[in-house]
Amino acid sequence: MGYPHKSHPRETAVLSKYFGDAEARTLDGWKKRGGYRALEQALQMAPADVVNVVKDSGLRGRGGAGFPTGVKWSFMKIGDGKPHYLCCNADESEPGTFKDREIMRWTPHALIEGCAVGAYAIGAETAYIYVRGEFTECIRRLNDALKEAYAANILGANAMGTGKRIDVYVHSGAGAYICGEETALMNSLEGKRGNPRIKPPFPAVAGLFGMPTTINNVETLAAVPHILINGAEWYKAMSLSSPKSTGTKLFSVCGNVARPGNYEIVMGFPFKDFLYDLCGGPLPGRKFKGVIPGGCSVPIQTMEEAEATMMDYEGFVAQGTMLGSGGVIIFDDAQSIPRMTARHARFYAHESCAQCTQCREGTAWTTKILDRIVAGQGTFEDLDTLLEMAENMTGKTICVLSDSCATVVVSALQKYRHEFEALITGKRSSSVAATPGAAA
Amino acid sequence: MAENTVNLTIEGRPVSVPAGTSILEAAKTAGVLIPHYCYHSGLPVAGVCRMCLVEVEKMPKLAPACATTVGEGQVVHVYSEKALEARKGVLEFLLINHPLDCPICDQSGECELQDYTFAEGRADSRYREPKRFDPAEDFGGDVLYVKNRCILCTRCVRFMDDVHETTALAVVERGDRAFIGKAPDADLTQPWAANVVDLCPVGALLSKDFLNKARAWELDRTASVCTGCSQGCNITVEMRDNAVMRFKPRANEHVNKFFMCDAGRFSYRDLNRADRLEHPLVAGMAADWETALAAAAKALQGRKAHVVASPSLSNEALYLLKKLAAKTGATVRYHVAQGPEAPLPGVDDLALRADRAANATACELFGFTRTDDVLAGLNAGDVVIAAGDVLEGLGADALAKVGAVIAIGTLRPTTTVATVALPIATVVEEEGTFTNLRGRVQRFLQAKQAPGLARPSWYVLADLLASLGEKAGFHTASEAFDALAVGEAPFAGLSYGALALSGAVVQGAAAGAK
Amino acid sequence: MSAHTHAPYEPVFVGARKQELDDVLKRYPTKMAALLPALWIVQEARGWICEQAMTEVAAQLDLTAAYVKGVVSFYTMYHQHPVGKHFIQVCTTSPCLCAGADKVVDAFLEHTGCKELGVTSADGKYTVIEVECLGACGFATPVQINLDYVENVTADKVPQILAGLK
Repeated sequence: MGYPHKSHPRETAVLSKYFGDAEARTLDGWKKRGGYRALEQALQMAPADVVNVVKDSGLRGRGGAGFPTGVKWSFMKIGDGKPHYLCCNADESEPGTFKDREIMRWTPHALIEGCAVGAYAIGAETAYIYVRGEFTECIRRLNDALKEAYAANILGANAMGTGKRIDVYVHSGAGAYICGEETALMNSLEGKRGNPRIKPPFPAVAGLFGMPTTINNVETLAAVPHILINGAEWYKAMSLSSPKSTGTKLFSVCGNVARPGNYEIVMGFPFKDFLYDLCGGPLPGRKFKGVIPGGCSVPIQTMEEAEATMMDYEGFVAQGTMLGSGGVIIFDDAQSIPRMTARHARFYAHESCAQCTQCREGTAWTTKILDRIVAGQGTFEDLDTLLEMAENMTGKTICVLSDSCATVVVSALQKYRHEFEALITGKRSSSVAATPGAAA
Repeated sequence: MAENTVNLTIEGRPVSVPAGTSILEAAKTAGVLIPHYCYHSGLPVAGVCRMCLVEVEKMPKLAPACATTVGEGQVVHVYSEKALEARKGVLEFLLINHPLDCPICDQSGECELQDYTFAEGRADSRYREPKRFDPAEDFGGDVLYVKNRCILCTRCVRFMDDVHETTALAVVERGDRAFIGKAPDADLTQPWAANVVDLCPVGALLSKDFLNKARAWELDRTASVCTGCSQGCNITVEMRDNAVMRFKPRANEHVNKFFMCDAGRFSYRDLNRADRLEHPLVAGMAADWETALAAAAKALQGRKAHVVASPSLSNEALYLLKKLAAKTGATVRYHVAQGPEAPLPGVDDLALRADRAANATACELFGFTRTDDVLAGLNAGDVVIAAGDVLEGLGADALAKVGAVIAIGTLRPTTTVATVALPIATVVEEEGTFTNLRGRVQRFLQAKQAPGLARPSWYVLADLLASLGEKAGFHTASEAFDALAVGEAPFAGLSYGALALSGAVVQGAAAGAK
Repeated sequence: MSAHTHAPYEPVFVGARKQELDDVLKRYPTKMAALLPALWIVQEARGWICEQAMTEVAAQLDLTAAYVKGVVSFYTMYHQHPVGKHFIQVCTTSPCLCAGADKVVDAFLEHTGCKELGVTSADGKYTVIEVECLGACGFATPVQINLDYVENVTADKVPQILAGLK
């Protein structure tokens, strides 16, 4: 299937296979499609064996950081006498990213099964799925699916009849990008402001409610049942380039492109083919100008860089950016990079939790300067100030929100400086910059 | 070296500290002050101002010194170019929206934003945008919140939350719109709330009582002890033009950590009273000291004394009063005013105590009789010695049939029963020691001149003893204390000099002595 | 308006809603963890979260009103003021902006009569705000109206969308 478009023949639909298939939402429909066999299988294995399969598969965190999932799970000390928790990070808020939403609203049982397997593997009896508050449909679908799963004794005090307790709850956020940061998410779940915490201690030592906690992204957990059923080797084999990047990855595509939507490809897929073949290339009469490939917090790529990229963790780094969350934002030649950069900065300024000085003040100041440049009131000194400020905002705060804002500014200024300069010298008026043409 | 000791180098200076110490605290040990705002030794670590960033060799990023624990062999650079640049950046960010209204800010002169900017900040501002503006807000109690100056260090929030254990304040909103907020119907009237003003490193939280009263650099500061209750919180008396402008808590980890209660804080007002007894009085007429002391001695001749003491007199005065009572065959009685106890929940053994007097402990150690009826056993014809402004409480009727009244105090007696009135200094006008409820003997120093002919209490009592033929012969409070240390067993081994500014505990003090 | 503000506060957590909160509390080891769910219950019941409601929630969960205020104000979805019957949030973050979200905002402001962002229309029916990334960037421009998403919104579709609101 595929949603909103049919799957492209060059896609490898594992997670997205049932996107658009309403029947897959129900327990019966999901079981018919092979659902909950992985959980059944997992509960008959030792938790450490489940961890090892995931470790062997090479699965890495799909939320942005790319940390090996099995290794993360192995940090949890089973039998330490403390309650363990699994948090599923469903606070998908990184601009350009909308893959987890599709997983949750089309295949809620896939995520619930992944959570149950994950909880079992790390010795947790409770998993919380923290869904961003705006995703009301996802919350509804997940709650409906949970009701079915509890009624069928898949979850609860006697999960799958094994006598083991596995509870899964949905917890709704309420509008805060920063709650996608793992420790902020935990604070938010605990009923606090979503402030990121100082690390150490790391979540595996003291996480949710001060207890050992593992936190995984929706896509990561949804991949786990497939790995258990098909084996680590199967997953590892899905790699066209670096052996460190395995399996399939969902990429969300948006911006000025012919066919926006989610695409699931094998790691290492050529980005050029992806952009022009799968996604259909630019809109009629337009040319691509630049791509932000991993959600708005990663450096922007010129088309030259993008077209030379292999789509995996290492491939994006080799071309000056990061895979991040897999949210591909495409700008065409009708867009003003300074205007988009200013809008990015405003996003960070709006979402800064207000804890760290550099972030609270720096994101807002950056926004003000960029807005002024876009309005045609900028100076060349402003560009120096922006870069120096970005340096002061990088690597100095509790979390990386501040760094992200700086990254956006620095990469735009490095790669599209002429556009900023044109606004400053008046060679391009702000009204032109503010009119993105027939992009919509 | 013990196993739990960590050795490291900070700015080239080797330091050994217990494992688990933060780099910031370890640096203090090495004599290096790492600039900081949100960190305060009396509060949980927040790690948010990012001012204390230092360079630690082999660490990829700069480390917040407050939230980074020491490691064996660590090499820390506080003043490396990277660290200095980072802190300069923080200072620039803190100042972009700061109103820079230092000329009218009460914090000016004792402001850490000024101090660190002076030390490490930029000489110019690159900020070209309009500054944020928000009106000031009355937080209730003694606290005024000037939002524009706030750097969101959250010390106040953490004090109320973790130390006062009532979450009266919170960071509200987020990003650069964030500020410190409280609930509309919950003013900062908690018994210890005014500490947030002291904790605020900038001029965002101000004392309404002190508002626009004085510039920080005009104040003369003297170490003292609060007399509001038996806790004995260490304070600094801050003076201008011979008037007390305010009390501030002075850190003493054994007694009050960094704090003092609001009641104690505002007790300074009593020390600026104008109705002082400035001359000795004999039968209501001003007299010189010689005449007055002779009149007192004469009044005592052949009569039994009945001594009533204030439990807020110094150890030295009470000691001499004890000798005076012994000379005249009397016991010393004292009454301790009571009030509701108000603990500071987050600090062990710190409270505004029910005993609203500074030195009830010494009265007890000296064997005085604690009573609600200090005139019990008074016979017609006795001479009442009322030491320390206790005359007012006795009642003119009860004193009508006594032989004589010798009133020793700071205030003009409003009744005419005093045969002799001897003016003494207040706690800020003399020096001496108090013994707090846990037996800690603490010094207070003289902050201002006593008015008129008033003299230190120990000096007056020594003279009175001398006029009865027992030479006391002390020239300083320290001589009186050292005599007391020899004469009174619980004080054995203590010396005035060794008390320094954090005090020492008497012999046999309760196990929980602090 | 004054009649509204002086109306006695009716507690939220009675009957079924109290039961709902009690059920929520069972999911967590601490009472505080039920704060976000409790605030959602309040907002559903009252439309927005006033100071008295914060005090009520605080009492239910052993917190203080100041603490609750700090949390409420952190999360943009909790309304600290009354909003229109149809609360319209247009995503204008960069992926939507480059697809023309600014024109969608203009269209909503025009057709609702709100004129200004954040201001409720005179008839109390609409409030329009810009919202940061709704996480539906491939369906630009997504608009969240109360709890529901409307996707692929363009300026010309706005009158029709408004007409469909009950």
